[in-house]
Amino acid sequence: MIAISVAGLSKRYGETLAVDGISFDVPRGSTLGLLGGNGAGKTTTIAMLLGLLVPSGGSIRMLGHDMATDRFAALARMNFSSPYVALPGRLSVAENLRVYAHLYGVRQRDQRIAELAEQLDLGALLDRPAGQLSAGQKTRVALAKSLINRPDVLLLDEPTASLDPDTGDLVRTWLERYRAESGCTILLASHNMAEVERLCSDVLMLKKGRIVDRGSPDELLERYGRDDLEQVFLDIARDRSLTEERI
Amino acid sequence: MIASAERVWGLMYRHLALFRHSWPRLVELAYWPILQMCIWGFTASFLATRSGSPAALAGGALLGGVLLWEVSLRSQMGMSITFLEEIWSRNLGHVFVSPLRPSELVAALIGMSFVRMMAGVIPAALLAWALYAFNLFALGPVLVLFFLNLMVMGWSVALAVVSLILRHGAGAEALAWSVLFGITPFAAVFYPVSVLPRLLQPVAFVVPASHVFEGMRTALLNGTVAWDQLLWAFGINVVWLVGASLLFSRQFENARVTGALLAIGE
Repeated sequence: MIAISVAGLSKRYGETLAVDGISFDVPRGSTLGLLGGNGAGKTTTIAMLLGLLVPSGGSIRMLGHDMATDRFAALARMNFSSPYVALPGRLSVAENLRVYAHLYGVRQRDQRIAELAEQLDLGALLDRPAGQLSAGQKTRVALAKSLINRPDVLLLDEPTASLDPDTGDLVRTWLERYRAESGCTILLASHNMAEVERLCSDVLMLKKGRIVDRGSPDELLERYGRDDLEQVFLDIARDRSLTEERI
Repeated sequence: MIASAERVWGLMYRHLALFRHSWPRLVELAYWPILQMCIWGFTASFLATRSGSPAALAGGALLGGVLLWEVSLRSQMGMSITFLEEIWSRNLGHVFVSPLRPSELVAALIGMSFVRMMAGVIPAALLAWALYAFNLFALGPVLVLFFLNLMVMGWSVALAVVSLILRHGAGAEALAWSVLFGITPFAAVFYPVSVLPRLLQPVAFVVPASHVFEGMRTALLNGTVAWDQLLWAFGINVVWLVGASLLFSRQFENARVTGALLAIGE
């Protein structure tokens, strides 16, 4: 079963082609990593997958729904987290979660919030203003928000950016557990190669809006003869090795 | 339908919770209408003591104008500023990837605009009654139609402002506070349309508020309801609202094409 199906997706801003005809499928229950340097097209791709941005060409089917004509049906079963999009800082954590529980039509809201608070260790933070939390606490709250509707597809843009190694590890462990328990499909954009190696079953390497390589982390390591994804990333970024003819 | 109402309530809850945490925000809602009422109320009282009964009647019309114009102003600002709050908190990225439809966003903004307007106008109306014995509610049930028309006009202007913010980003923020003041000279708030130069009277004619205020003066001075003026106000409001809705719809979709939704706070 395919959760996300992207075909010939492109986005043009004037003369600039930010995403250039990319195609990929993400099976349900898997985690896909989107890797690429700055300006590779990761954020633009995620924005199109979320319906925030209308593609210049191509199509996206999310959980069987065409994002061009039926995006709200898909959005109700998706969620998103990014450290670059804030939650209202003056509202308490519980109020923030309640807002999104309403927006996503969650039944038994307080029970769901209590569940998430327990799982993500947010109990002591529920009554605190979201704006007064540390970076790690904010990330856990953002993660709780992104799981409020028990999404079938979760899009994460650098979920552990600016976290200390301990908190980052907690978040990754929690994501692994959530995916295993729920069968959720995760699409992860990250610059943290160790994170991608650990979480992703498949990786797309993006450069200048195009997919320049793809495969599981192990396949990529073997193909490039490297020990870790960071070296693979550098090979691709600096045109040291393979290109799309090997895909 | 229930799911839609729940999403609208979700966004309203987010803004109502803000007031719970910040009493200065609540005070600010009533501050300006009360200040206006004090200034114009004492001015009207002063004129009435000097010039007798006709000035007292004109003073009543002046107070009615001040109060009712606040309905439009607060409705417009309430809606525009509620939208700006989302930009300022960098929360729009989450809101727009939720299942909330653009029409539900507008419904939530209208709901908050109504709450904000009432929080500003009701204290000012009570003050007018307490200090100047001016009872706005003595206008009777027709007052509801005056309110409705003025609110709708405020919402239309606010939708146009939100559309401009979607197109031009934070650079258009100042319009949220200033745009309706530019219409004031043509809204016949404090004087009849006939006072305007003949050349400007057609401009006033296409402003819904000018018909409401002509109707208000008729009701206050003659005790009758000018239904023709109310009908004109209603008809022009429909045109304004449809136009503003089309503009918003177009700008929202355009923002999805240009990527403005991703960078709207910058």
